[in-house]
Amino acid sequence: MAERTRVEQNLTYATPRESARYQQRALLVGALFLVLFIVGAFLPITIGGGIDQFFHSYLVGFMFWLGVAMGCLGLLMLQHLTGGAWGLVIRRVLEAGTRVLPLMFLLFLPLAIFGLPHLYEWMHRTEITEKALRAVLEAKKNYLNPTFFLIRAAVYFAIWFALMFFLNRWSADQDRTAERRYSKNMTALSGPGIILFVLTTTFASVDWVMSLDAEWFSTIYGLIYVAGWTLSAFSFVIAVMVWLATRPPLEGEVRAAHFHDLGKLLLAFVMLWAYFAFSQFLIIWSGNIPEEAEWYLNRLRGGWGWIGVAVVLLHFALPFVLLLSRDLKRNARRLATIALFILVMRFVDLYWLIVPEFNRGHFKFEWMSIVCPIAFGGLWIAFFFWQLRLRPLLPINDPYFDEAIEHGKHGGH
Amino acid sequence: METKPPLYGLMAEFDNPTDLVEAARQTYDEGYRRINGYSPFPIEELAEAIGFHKTRLPLIVLLGGIFGGLAGYFMMYYMEVIDYPLNVGGRPFHSWPAFMPITFETTVLCAALAAVFGMLALNKLPQPYHPVFNAERFALATRDRFFLVIEARDPKFDHDKTLAFMWSLNPKEVVDVEV
Repeated sequence: MAERTRVEQNLTYATPRESARYQQRALLVGALFLVLFIVGAFLPITIGGGIDQFFHSYLVGFMFWLGVAMGCLGLLMLQHLTGGAWGLVIRRVLEAGTRVLPLMFLLFLPLAIFGLPHLYEWMHRTEITEKALRAVLEAKKNYLNPTFFLIRAAVYFAIWFALMFFLNRWSADQDRTAERRYSKNMTALSGPGIILFVLTTTFASVDWVMSLDAEWFSTIYGLIYVAGWTLSAFSFVIAVMVWLATRPPLEGEVRAAHFHDLGKLLLAFVMLWAYFAFSQFLIIWSGNIPEEAEWYLNRLRGGWGWIGVAVVLLHFALPFVLLLSRDLKRNARRLATIALFILVMRFVDLYWLIVPEFNRGHFKFEWMSIVCPIAFGGLWIAFFFWQLRLRPLLPINDPYFDEAIEHGKHGGH
Repeated sequence: METKPPLYGLMAEFDNPTDLVEAARQTYDEGYRRINGYSPFPIEELAEAIGFHKTRLPLIVLLGGIFGGLAGYFMMYYMEVIDYPLNVGGRPFHSWPAFMPITFETTVLCAALAAVFGMLALNKLPQPYHPVFNAERFALATRDRFFLVIEARDPKFDHDKTLAFMWSLNPKEVVDVEV
């Protein structure tokens, strides 16, 4: 009996059938909004359309959903390193999340091929007459130029794809063969992998978002994205896990004790994000140097300050206070509500990070920047459900499988 | 008629943790609430089984944290704004961003202290005397035996009925514990 793998025992943990319906709906919503978004590119600027607007909003939508996929990759490696029941029960959702990366690569191509001149001032170095800015761009031209930009982007995606490929493949191999060595492989790769994850995330966020303002720099900027992306992914995963845990086959397998652990980690990631975001603010506020402070002034003046206050209160304070409650963390549905709320706030935070760059000193509501994340989100979720269905919902031949499920039956502290 | 010393409760002895947890669960289901388990090592399930989790400790820790945060903040406010205002690079005296790290530290400090001392207070520790040690074999609770106690002040407690119930839990032994 002990020698029999769980596949032979016919423990398949298939994804609930409704997922196919959700996949279709998500695809439909995604396609409709994508059409609307593309139409927006040809609408006049006066009603919020236009090609520049198209790419500004494209960057918002792309960075948001890239964050969910990348956060899944980071969390997947994290749980391979730490072990624990929480990681085992969400592993398949994380793996499916990482397998959406090819879609994100496809969505990156229009940005890389057509978008750069519409987004980055360093693309127009030679046309800029303002002396100080021109001097900065000249000094940074060896780094901020389209060729090197694209080479770097290719390297990031290559590293992400390699990590995604091996972690997913070994996990599938373990399902089939029940060999322990795959667990060891995945842990061994995750160590250096997580270092690469933090480095590539830092470089990617610097390249793709921070360089919108080529004069400004912050060394903690990448870590804000590491924490933010991880938080996005964790919120998404919790919402999916609650959906899965309330119906067969995971009903009764993933329980309050698991959600309690996930809720504690969600609180930790909320705090980690706040820690990085506030550290940057505190250092720049204390330094009080014009070239650094300008970045915050662009995000506080002309109405943007209200969004900033909303981010502090609703992205940090409210989830922090609510997630202190033990009962809330053990109540799957309430936890999912908080998680989805945090996901929405992740978007607001990203909007606050990116959009003021194009609208310095005056708040602007961009409908295109709402349409784009919905369009990409529809495609993302459809892709995700398609990938999720390809494998059992739990890593059935993981050596710690029984322990992790047992944890849900007794655990609670 | 001889006078019996007042009763603290009944104590059942088990020789493995599984039996203890199972017995604790049944006792809780039976409606007893003033119960306690004793074991040489921590058993997560035991706390769950005797319905231990609703304590006031989280509230105490929360209050400790809120107190620490407010105290830390207003300590700095008093020092920087009222008692000894210093002009640091033209920044306002009430520089709230600079106050945040220390506010955070004092919040954590006071919450942690509240947790430790709150835990001791709720457990009524230190406690030089406890009736359970009147049971002869209870010393084994630090070695290899597991004990379950139903206190006499439990509303459902009735010496004979409770004694019979405890024997039904498959213990090695059930004894009276005097106050």
